[in-house]
Amino acid sequence: MLTIGLAHYLTVGAILLVLGIFGIFLNRKNVIVILMSVELILLSVNLNFVAFSAYLDDLAGQVFAMFVLTVAAAEAAIGLAIVVIYFRNRGSIEVEGISTLKG
Amino acid sequence: MTWTLALPELVLAVSALVILVAGVIPKQDTFFPVSMACIGALLLTAVLVLGQTEGTALNGHYVADAFSGFMKVLALGAAAVGILLSLDFNEKEGLARFEFPILMLLATLGMLVMISANDLLALYLGLELLSLPLYVIAAFNRDSGRSAEAGLKYFVLGALASGLLLYGSSLVYGFAGTTNFDRLGEAFSAAEGVSPGVIVGVVFVIVGLAFKVSAVPFHMWTPDVYEGAPTPVTAFFASAPKVAAIALLARVLLGPFGDLVGQWSQVITLISLGSMTLGSFAAIGQRNLKRLMAYSSIGHVGYALMGLAVGTDIGLRGLLVYMAIYVFMNLGTFAVLVAMRRQGRAVEGVEDLAGLGRTDPGMALWMAIFMFSMAGIPPLAGFFGKLYVFLAAVQAGFWTLAVVGVLTSVVSAYYYLRIVKVMYFDAPAGSLDRAPTSLAVVMAGTGLFTALFALWPAPMLAAAQSAAAALLG
Repeated sequence: MLTIGLAHYLTVGAILLVLGIFGIFLNRKNVIVILMSVELILLSVNLNFVAFSAYLDDLAGQVFAMFVLTVAAAEAAIGLAIVVIYFRNRGSIEVEGISTLKG
Repeated sequence: MTWTLALPELVLAVSALVILVAGVIPKQDTFFPVSMACIGALLLTAVLVLGQTEGTALNGHYVADAFSGFMKVLALGAAAVGILLSLDFNEKEGLARFEFPILMLLATLGMLVMISANDLLALYLGLELLSLPLYVIAAFNRDSGRSAEAGLKYFVLGALASGLLLYGSSLVYGFAGTTNFDRLGEAFSAAEGVSPGVIVGVVFVIVGLAFKVSAVPFHMWTPDVYEGAPTPVTAFFASAPKVAAIALLARVLLGPFGDLVGQWSQVITLISLGSMTLGSFAAIGQRNLKRLMAYSSIGHVGYALMGLAVGTDIGLRGLLVYMAIYVFMNLGTFAVLVAMRRQGRAVEGVEDLAGLGRTDPGMALWMAIFMFSMAGIPPLAGFFGKLYVFLAAVQAGFWTLAVVGVLTSVVSAYYYLRIVKVMYFDAPAGSLDRAPTSLAVVMAGTGLFTALFALWPAPMLAAAQSAAAALLG
């Protein structure tokens, strides 16, 4: 019988982090996908914190996770607001189009 | 509870909320009175910081010492000047909405929390409280595609950076068992070998903070965001948040991770070398002044981090003096950039400065002082900033850093001096509009400091010395 230990949670957390980072850099289509990837990174962090908190029998990690959830909500709200004004100016949110500023 | 120690932050938070409510109620435009109230709140907070006693509060999440006092006064002053720079520009560009100074006030509150953070949780909350308002003001010019694009880029890369920083914090928490800086320090000084999990965590935290100070190789957002954002916003980005992020980096690395100096010193050395090199070479081909200043700021962060890589109290003192001088000359340069208008339209190319020496000798003189100072030419302030970090690097035997630092400042002198040459020796491209009083005052104030720092450097050195001693204990 397999017991799910700390190492399993950390592995899932690391996989989610890598998925999130690749989601930001490999995605060429849509800014919304980037916002989702950012959420994925924060999710991996929360999973880490809660797993460590249970493992260490220490509440600080769970408190940290609650704060991360709160800030992630505020961050998503601001991100969507910026995407909306970007769409109003350009009429598209394709990632490849975001390249007026360069040099 | 010892919450009274955090009085400056509490006063700033409450005044931001009060000013926000007061700004909503009147029917007419409240941009100017709200800006003045915000500057007042910042100055009041600075006075409270100066009168603060030392100690820790809020269950060890908050610390006040000479180091936090030095950095906070610097950040508050830079933020107040940042609001001053926006007054005239925002009126002329149709950005005179009262939310603008309040967002800057909230960002400044985030900086204060960061500088006083004594726990990974307080560090993260301060960093986010700084970043979220900055995303908004980068995209503040809602009708400009460039401003929206700057905000979007800043948001995506900033969110990625704070995600990485958080992941690092979670590893440090898991492998060291605490998030408090004091207890982390004890854990690392007691243990013989440190677990690799902690080292990975520290590297992630450094990556997250290097993004915020725009050090190579995490600088790629800087030129785009600096160019696209409204000019007063760029001036703010390049000054106050950098001070706070550098302060946080110094506190995290020299405090809890002070015993791991062998591990992180190489990372900071590489970041510093990369930033100095890229900052000096990439700026050479730039025609846009805001973009040029972005690369210049990357280079300056490289010089400042040289003091941190050394890891001694002399290095830290050099870092503090460098940041203080950088803030003054940077705000002065941006005062000139904000004032650059031709027939009411904002211009930002290097060639738009042509012949300024004849059409507006006053502004050209200040700009020349700032450029000479940034290039590090004695007896201006920028020379002393560089002198102290180079001295620290040489004394500690970091010869590579010192040699690369001197060589890159020679390279960077090329583009600073080119601006002086364009102002004094090129044919005028038509005169610029007269600088409004608020900007002229900022130029004169920062210009006089930059020019006359050499006559009276003792107070700044003494303050930096005691701040460095407080951190290294």
